Amino acid sequence: MAKAYTPGLKVLPRLREKSRRILPITGEVLVVQGQQVGARDVVARSLMPGDVVPVNVANMMSISAGDVPDCLFKKEGDYIESGELIGRSKGIFGFFQSDFKSPATGTIESISAVTGQMIVRGAPLAVEVTAFLSGTIVEVIPGEGVVVEAIVSLIQGIFGIGGEAHGPLRMICEKPDQEMTEDLIQPEHKGCVLVGGSRMTGAAAKRAIAVGAAGIISGGMDDQDLKEILGYDLGVAVTGSERIGTTLILTEGFGSIAMAQRTFTLFKSREGAETAIDGTTQIRAGVVRPVIAIPWPEGSNETANAMMQPTPSVLEVGGHVRIIRDPYFGAIGNVTDLPHELQGLDSGSKARVLKVKVTDGTEVVVPRANVELIEG
Amino acid sequence: MPLPKPENLEVILATDCGSTTTKAILIEKVGNEYRQTFRGEAPTTVEEPAADVTVGVVNAITEVGELAGRTFIDDNGEIIRPRNGNIGCDLYISTSSAGGGLQMMVAGVVKQMTAASAKRAALGAGAIVMDVIACNDNRPAHEQIQRIRELRPDMILISGGTDGGTTMHVVQLAELIAPAKPRPRFGGQFQMPVIYAGNKDAAGLVKETLDDSVALSIVENIRPVLEQENLGPARDRIHDLFLEHVMAHAPGYEKLIKWADAPIMPTPAAVGNILQTIAEKQGINAVGVDIGGATTDMFSVFGGVFNRTVSANLGMSYSISNVCAEATFSSILRWVSIEMDEKDLRNRVKNKMIRPTTIPQTMESLIFEQAVAREALRLAYIQHKEFATTLKGVQQQRSVGDTFRQQASGQTLVDNMALDLIVGSGGVLSHAPQPQQTAAMMVDAFEPEGVTTLAKDSIFMMPHLGVLAQVHPQAAMEVFERDCLIYLGTCIAPKGIGKEGQLCLKYNIKSTSLTKSGELKFGELQLFLLPDGETAQLTLEPARRFDVGAGTGKPWSGKVRGGTVGLIFDGRGRPLQFPSDPKQARQRVQSWTDEMNLYDMKRVGQT
Repeated sequence: MAKAYTPGLKVLPRLREKSRRILPITGEVLVVQGQQVGARDVVARSLMPGDVVPVNVANMMSISAGDVPDCLFKKEGDYIESGELIGRSKGIFGFFQSDFKSPATGTIESISAVTGQMIVRGAPLAVEVTAFLSGTIVEVIPGEGVVVEAIVSLIQGIFGIGGEAHGPLRMICEKPDQEMTEDLIQPEHKGCVLVGGSRMTGAAAKRAIAVGAAGIISGGMDDQDLKEILGYDLGVAVTGSERIGTTLILTEGFGSIAMAQRTFTLFKSREGAETAIDGTTQIRAGVVRPVIAIPWPEGSNETANAMMQPTPSVLEVGGHVRIIRDPYFGAIGNVTDLPHELQGLDSGSKARVLKVKVTDGTEVVVPRANVELIEG
Repeated sequence: MPLPKPENLEVILATDCGSTTTKAILIEKVGNEYRQTFRGEAPTTVEEPAADVTVGVVNAITEVGELAGRTFIDDNGEIIRPRNGNIGCDLYISTSSAGGGLQMMVAGVVKQMTAASAKRAALGAGAIVMDVIACNDNRPAHEQIQRIRELRPDMILISGGTDGGTTMHVVQLAELIAPAKPRPRFGGQFQMPVIYAGNKDAAGLVKETLDDSVALSIVENIRPVLEQENLGPARDRIHDLFLEHVMAHAPGYEKLIKWADAPIMPTPAAVGNILQTIAEKQGINAVGVDIGGATTDMFSVFGGVFNRTVSANLGMSYSISNVCAEATFSSILRWVSIEMDEKDLRNRVKNKMIRPTTIPQTMESLIFEQAVAREALRLAYIQHKEFATTLKGVQQQRSVGDTFRQQASGQTLVDNMALDLIVGSGGVLSHAPQPQQTAAMMVDAFEPEGVTTLAKDSIFMMPHLGVLAQVHPQAAMEVFERDCLIYLGTCIAPKGIGKEGQLCLKYNIKSTSLTKSGELKFGELQLFLLPDGETAQLTLEPARRFDVGAGTGKPWSGKVRGGTVGLIFDGRGRPLQFPSDPKQARQRVQSWTDEMNLYDMKRVGQT
């Protein structure tokens, strides 16, 4: 039987998921192997060197750069506070001296007789990493972080905005092809992860942000609405650092597109469960897709028969795929044939294709590059 | 192992390790000339699970071996040398852009002068320049320091001050870098490589200021005097550090470096190298472009001066949304003669961005993608023109005769009238279903003036040939001419603007297969088939106010080259003119499309 490798997004009801939680710089791990942790627990902490304030002392005191070290009462390594008197110019025969007060708080890192600059470093900045998943610490990487393991329902989105967030899962659409509209979002959704069906309207997204929802997930949205929410036109898909207050995740793509039935059904089966989401998307070599992880309670029946990370899927006849480019964008179906020979497309190009029987029963021919597997 | 003598080189293997694909080609001596004979490719294997670049290299070379009926890899998985009959090769060389290529930050005292020279050195060495820090870049010092902290470049290049000039400002730059404590992208435990190529009098002070947290190397000043750039030593040091630090930390590269018979070059540096070699050997001005999914690399050689720019966020998949944002939809849709809905297009563009490997299935999709490509290329070329300039800050001596033609320093070197050859590469150009689509995209984006030859890189072989040119220039030239380039033809575009229908040019074409005389009117586009390998004697008589290279209204005659497209007579004006009325503009674009036979419009709306 013909087979081909193709990328896909994971939609898995029970997965033994391991999440690496690593500090950006070396620090201290606060938990031990085997320890149970909650999603919001801090597992590692580090102190980054504080921000730096360059102070042009020579200019501010109207003296030459070479005189700066002699005019300061403080030396490298000394701690100074904003407003503290730290220097005085020599003046002319002792007259017309001018005082110099520090404009910043911190430790003097360097004083230069060449440029007349003093570098003040502020207090160290704490960087903390949380567990993200409620689970067990299965590995401690000394000085760097931990690996948390949990049995979860895992769904990968295709695109997201905003970083990590947590909250109980709430279904606000009844069917996967129902639009997520403004009127469906209520004040009691504050702190929740809301799941819609097809397109989320711009007004719905704004309403979710306004009520303080932790996250919103839906099949699609219009690019024009995204632009309005962000306040700019997103140029490249490298996201996660946006500060819009609510993490937003699309499961299918841009436009009016229904959520895959399998994805919707899985969400529905986990309604009410505490959910961890991360909208971070990076579409470059080493792709990062948004994740929605819904841990199963420890000891529940579901944890006993959880599957390990699935091996990369193979596209084969009978496989469940989503078409990801026009003219059939968003259609879902099963592969019926994987012809080996190159075939002509309407664009005039030749490419390897496959045949897909879509849900309405029709069979369409599409380039293999234009489908993705729905894994799980 | 010493290199075999050039005359003994008969079988050459070359690989280019890209971010996603490793491409291998075989070059063999066939009779008295070198030809590229077979090629193979395999996924690049720098990431898990293989995490060893040589695995992909071996796979790609094995494919070449199978096709060529030769054995290149021994039982230990290594390349066999020296050659013995059908086993092994005489020379193995490679380029690499895997893992994001070489990423640098540069700093200089004045943005337009020493910082620009530093940027040129970094780009010429094949780097992506992540940021340029300058004393006059209008950012407060704390912001500059914060930026340096956030970036994780592979190395930093500091320039600044002419020899004997400012030391204070140069030390100020070092004072920005020292407290930022920059960390290299790879190998968290290693020191950040920093190259100092500024005022030699400040070298000691810079060394004092930068503490032991960085690995400082000092080279000759990049701008010893304002009138002169000395990029060579800095570029060489960048290449050395690329091999010592960046490549050595990437998985499997230690082995690859040992395998290669010549230093491994960053891919863009190799492409620049071959373009420079060609321009020098043929005495021509050339522009090369490689439009990828994320970035567009632009190379030019004008008057022997080489320049390279990377437009970091202009590309056809990862960056397609950015092209649309920068160019605007109205600019893109001016190239499209069929009705398209902007809201729908916006969603399609974002869908391509998030699923970058998809390909156009319908004719409408292809037309739209090629319209986006025109704008991506046009914007990248504008950026290139702005960067490829004469040195800024140079004092000019002027005589009375210069009173009416004063030129400021910093004029662009790119002169479309003096341009002889455009070479296009990258998926959207190399894999366009029809060669005339490639030619049209290049002509529309670059707007060449006068007489310009158009070609495309058949299978993106320029990187391999660039590194080969360092070892065996003759072999590289022969393969470049015979197998690398696919000549599309020649574009003849009178410079000037007239009224629609007004006479632009009279022409006379004589060749073995084509003899034709005629007129080109303003606003028209005409295409004549002239097969690849054939040349034609062309006589052009431009109308008053139009110039084809000999001066306004002056006749031009010479030989031009045919190709898979032929001769394109472009009377659309320079700069290219569109009717202001949208309906008329659309009709005009349709007539250009028809004349060039670009798209089978019967297929539009078929699926």
